[in-house]
Amino acid sequence: MFGRLTEDALPFYSEIAMAGAAVTVGGGLFVIAVVLWTGSLLYLWRNWLTSVDHKRIGIMYVVVALVMLLRGFVDALMMRAQQAMAMNSGGYLPPEHFDQIFSSHGTIMILFMAMPFLTGLINFVMPLQIGARDVAFPRLNLISLYLTAAGAGLVLISLVIGRFSTAGWTGYPPFSETEFSPGVGVDYWIWALVVSGVGTTLTGINFITTIVKRRAPGMTWMRLPLFAWTALCASILIVFAFPALTVAGAMLALDRSAGFHFFTNDGGGNAMHFANVLWMWGHPEVYILILPAFGVFSEIVATLSSKRLFAYNSLVFATVVIALLAFTTWLHHFFTMGAGASVNTAFGITTMIIAVPTGVKVFDWLMTMYRGRIRYQTPMLWTMAFLVTFTIGGMSGVLLAVPAVDYTLHNTTFLVAHFHNMVIPGALFGFFAGYVYWFPKAFGFRLDERWGTRAFWFWVTGFYLAFMPLYALGLMGMVRRLQHYDNPDWQPYLIVAAIGAVSVLCGIICMAIQLWVSIRDRDRWADTTGDPWNARTLEWYSSSPPPAWNFASLPKIEGTDAFWRLKERGEAYREDENVGAISLPTNSNDGIVYGALAFVFGFCMVWHIYWLALLCLGAIVAHLIVSSFRHPTEEVIPANEVARHEQEWKTAARAGSRYDGDPLCDYRTVLRKVPAQ
Amino acid sequence: MSDVKRHQREVRNYLVGFGLAALLTIIPFAITAAGGLSRTWFDLAILLAAVVQVLVHLRYFLHIDLRHTPRENLLALGFTGVLIVIMIGGTLWIMGNLTSRMMGT
Amino acid sequence: MSEVDAKTFDESEERAYGFWLFLMSDAILFSLLFATYAIMVTATDNGPDRTEIFGYWRTAANTALLLCSSLTMGLASIAIREDRKSTAFQWIFVTMILALAFLVLEIQEFAGLFAQGAGPDRSGFLSAYFTLVGTHGAHVTVGLIWMAVLCVHLALRPIGPVIQSITERLTMFWHLVGIVWIGIYSMVYLPGLYQ
Repeated sequence: MFGRLTEDALPFYSEIAMAGAAVTVGGGLFVIAVVLWTGSLLYLWRNWLTSVDHKRIGIMYVVVALVMLLRGFVDALMMRAQQAMAMNSGGYLPPEHFDQIFSSHGTIMILFMAMPFLTGLINFVMPLQIGARDVAFPRLNLISLYLTAAGAGLVLISLVIGRFSTAGWTGYPPFSETEFSPGVGVDYWIWALVVSGVGTTLTGINFITTIVKRRAPGMTWMRLPLFAWTALCASILIVFAFPALTVAGAMLALDRSAGFHFFTNDGGGNAMHFANVLWMWGHPEVYILILPAFGVFSEIVATLSSKRLFAYNSLVFATVVIALLAFTTWLHHFFTMGAGASVNTAFGITTMIIAVPTGVKVFDWLMTMYRGRIRYQTPMLWTMAFLVTFTIGGMSGVLLAVPAVDYTLHNTTFLVAHFHNMVIPGALFGFFAGYVYWFPKAFGFRLDERWGTRAFWFWVTGFYLAFMPLYALGLMGMVRRLQHYDNPDWQPYLIVAAIGAVSVLCGIICMAIQLWVSIRDRDRWADTTGDPWNARTLEWYSSSPPPAWNFASLPKIEGTDAFWRLKERGEAYREDENVGAISLPTNSNDGIVYGALAFVFGFCMVWHIYWLALLCLGAIVAHLIVSSFRHPTEEVIPANEVARHEQEWKTAARAGSRYDGDPLCDYRTVLRKVPAQ
Repeated sequence: MSDVKRHQREVRNYLVGFGLAALLTIIPFAITAAGGLSRTWFDLAILLAAVVQVLVHLRYFLHIDLRHTPRENLLALGFTGVLIVIMIGGTLWIMGNLTSRMMGT
Repeated sequence: MSEVDAKTFDESEERAYGFWLFLMSDAILFSLLFATYAIMVTATDNGPDRTEIFGYWRTAANTALLLCSSLTMGLASIAIREDRKSTAFQWIFVTMILALAFLVLEIQEFAGLFAQGAGPDRSGFLSAYFTLVGTHGAHVTVGLIWMAVLCVHLALRPIGPVIQSITERLTMFWHLVGIVWIGIYSMVYLPGLYQ
C-alpha cells in the first residue's frame, strides 16, 4: 500500500538530521502560522499564488530562490566546518550525513537556487524590456513555477522523510545504482530533477516564444536589450539541453526501479554513458546560469556608467556563439574517463575556443566603463567584483581545459575552486546585482545602499577566503568531498576557507538586514519616477511597480536604449491621449493543481507507491483534457482606469525625474552623434 | 474556385508526399529482404533512404518550405538538426573510442 | 464599454510556434535514445541479440500503418480547415484505427519478447531497445488520446479557432511521431533483420 514508506523513514538516526528536519518543518509551520495569523491567506491566494502576472510570478521565483539559497548555504557552512575540524578525527558529521550534505548543496544551489533566481529575473524583466504586456503563455508560466516548487519541495521533504542522495549532485553510476545506493536518496534526486526539469523546459519554450513573437513594434533583433538577448539564448539552451537531463534521469530511474541495465556493472550496462548524457545537459546548464547574469551586468554597466553599451553588436554575437559552442564541450567534464588523445584534444580545443567570446564580453564591459561617469552604487559594485573574480576563474578554467593538466587536477579541490569561481561571480553576483537593480521596479522603493555595501564586502571577502585556499589545496593533492583527512598541511587552508564561509554568512545577514531596513524606511527610498537609476531600457518606462498591463501604449522603437532616446527627446513622460481598454488573462488555479499532483507523483515514485503515482498521472492527463474545453477567461481593464494610472504616474515622474538638469545629461550630445540603427 | 484549387493542391501535396515516402520505405525493406550488400553499403543505403524520407515528410507533411516557412521555425529546425548530429555523432565517437580502448579490440 | 486595445500578436500562431519548439525538444530527446541504442546494441550480455528478436513482416506492417496514418491525419487536417466536419470525422476515425492497430502489434511484440525472457531487464541492449521503441509507443498513445479529445471537440461545437489550433498542433505531433518511426525501423529493425 505505501511502497517502501515505513516509520523508519523519519530522521531519528542522527541528532543533526533531526535538527534539520525540525527546522524544515518548523519553518514551514511558522510561515503558515504567520499567514493565517495575519489573515492574509485570501490576499496571498488572490494576488500572488494564483496570479498569472509575469511580474508576480517572477517575484515568487526569486522568493523560492532566496529560501533555497539559505538551505544550500547552511549545507556549505556545515561542510566547511566539518573539513576545518576533521583532521585525524571524524569531525561532527558522520560520513553518510556528510555525503548527503554535499549532494544536496550542489543540487539545490544549481537547480533550486540559481535556476529559479534567473527564471524569476527573466520573468520579471524581459516582458517589460521588450515592451510586452505578458509572456506568451501566462498560465503555462504559472504551472512552470509550481513544477519548480514541487521539485524544490521534494528536496526539502527528503530531509524529513527518508534521506537525500549521497552520490553527489551529478549522481554518477554505478554508485547511484540500487546495488550500492539501495535507499530512497538517489530517487529523491532523480524525481526532483525530472519534475522541475519539465517546468524549466516549459519556461524555456515560453520565453523564446515571447521574445520571438511579442516584441514591441519597431524592436528589431539588433535593438533588443542585451538582457533580453541573453534570456533568449539561455532559453534556447534550456529547450535543447534539458531533454538530456530527462533522458539521463529516466534511464537511471529505470535501472533502479525496473531492473534495466543502462549503467549497471552487470548485464551489459555502461556507466560511462551516464556521464556522457548528463553532461550534454550539464555543460549547457553552466551557460544557462551564466548568460542571464551576463545580461544583468550588461544593463547595469551601461546604466551606471551613464554610457551606451560598448560594441553592442559584438556582445550579441558573443552571446549567440556561446549558446552554440555550449553544446560542443561536454566531454571536458570527464577527460579522465579513458577516452583517447584525439577525443580529449578535440574537446580541450572547443573548451578553449568558448573562452574567446566570453573574453570579448569582458572587454566590452570594461570599455563601457572607460571614460564613463561611473556611479559606485551596489549593482555596480557587484559588477566590478564579477569582472575581476570571473576573470580569475576563467583562467583556471583554461588551465583545466588542457587534458594533461586535468589529469592531475580532476576531482581535486582545485576543480571545486574553479567552478565556484565561475558560478558565484558569474551567476550569483549577477543575480544579486539584478535583485538590487530591479528591486525598486518591483516594489516602488530602492534597497538601502549602506547595508548593501556591507553585504557586498562580506560576500566578496568571504568568497576569496573560502575558495582561493581550495586552489592551493587542489594543487597539494587534496581530493574533493573528503569527510576527514590526515594531512596536517591542509588544515590551515581549510580553516581559512571556513572563515570565508563565516564571512559569507555575515554577508547574508547583512542582506537580510538590508531588506528589513529598506522596508522600514521605504518612504525614504521611494521611487516615484519609475526610473531610479536614470536607466536606458524600456522596463523603466513604467511606474514602479508597473501596473498589471505594464504599458498603456508603446512608442515606436527606433534603436537600442529605447527609453533613453525618449528621455533625450523629452517625450518620455508626455501624456498619451489614445489609451484604450486592455484585456488581461484572469487568475488560474492550474498552477497549484499541477504542482501538487506533480509533487505527489514524484514522492510516490520515490517510495514506490505506484498506484498513487499512476492516479496522479491520470489526474494530470484528465485535467489537461478538461482544460482544453474551458475557454480562457479574460478581464478587461476599462480605458479610464488605464488613463488614470497613466496620468498619475507621469505627473509624478515629470516632477521627480532626475533626467533634466542631471549632469549626466552631458552624454546626450554624444548620443546625438550616433546615427539611429 | 480558388478554394477548390487550394484543396486540390493540398491533397495532391499529401498524395505526392505519401507516394515518395512509400517508395523510400519499400526500397530499404526490399534491400533488407534481398540481402547481398556488404554491411557498410547496406548501412549507407538505409541511412540515405531514411534521411531522404525525413526530408520528404518535412516538405510534404509538415509543409516546411525554405521560402514560406517563418524564419524562426526554420532556425529551430536547423539548430535541432545540428544538435542531433553533434549529440549522436559525439556519443558514437566518444563511447566508441572508449570501448575500443577499454576492451582492447 | 470602450474598444479593447488591439493585440499585436496572434495567439494561435504563438501556440503553434511554442509547440514547434516543444517538438524540437522532443526530437532531441529521441536522438539521445537513438544514441544510447546505437552504443548498446552490442551489449547483449550473452542474451538474445538484434538478429534474433525482430520480425520482418511485423515491422513492415507497423511501418505501413504509421505511414498511412500520416496521410489520413493530413487529410483530416485539410477537412477541418475547410470546415467539412463529417469528412474530418471519417479521416480521424481511420487514423485512430491505424494507430490502434500499430499499438496492438507493438504490444504483441513486447509481450512475445517478455515471454521468451527477452525483457528490458535482460541486457543493456534490450533496455535500450525497449526504452526507445516504448517511448515512441507512448507518443502514439498520447496521439490516440488526443485524437479522441479532438473528436469530442468536433462533436460539441462548430469548427472555430480552438479546434483549428488543436488540429494544427496534433497534426505536427503526429508527423513527428511518423518521422521518429523512420529512424526506428531504419536504425533498429532493418539492421537487425539484415543477415
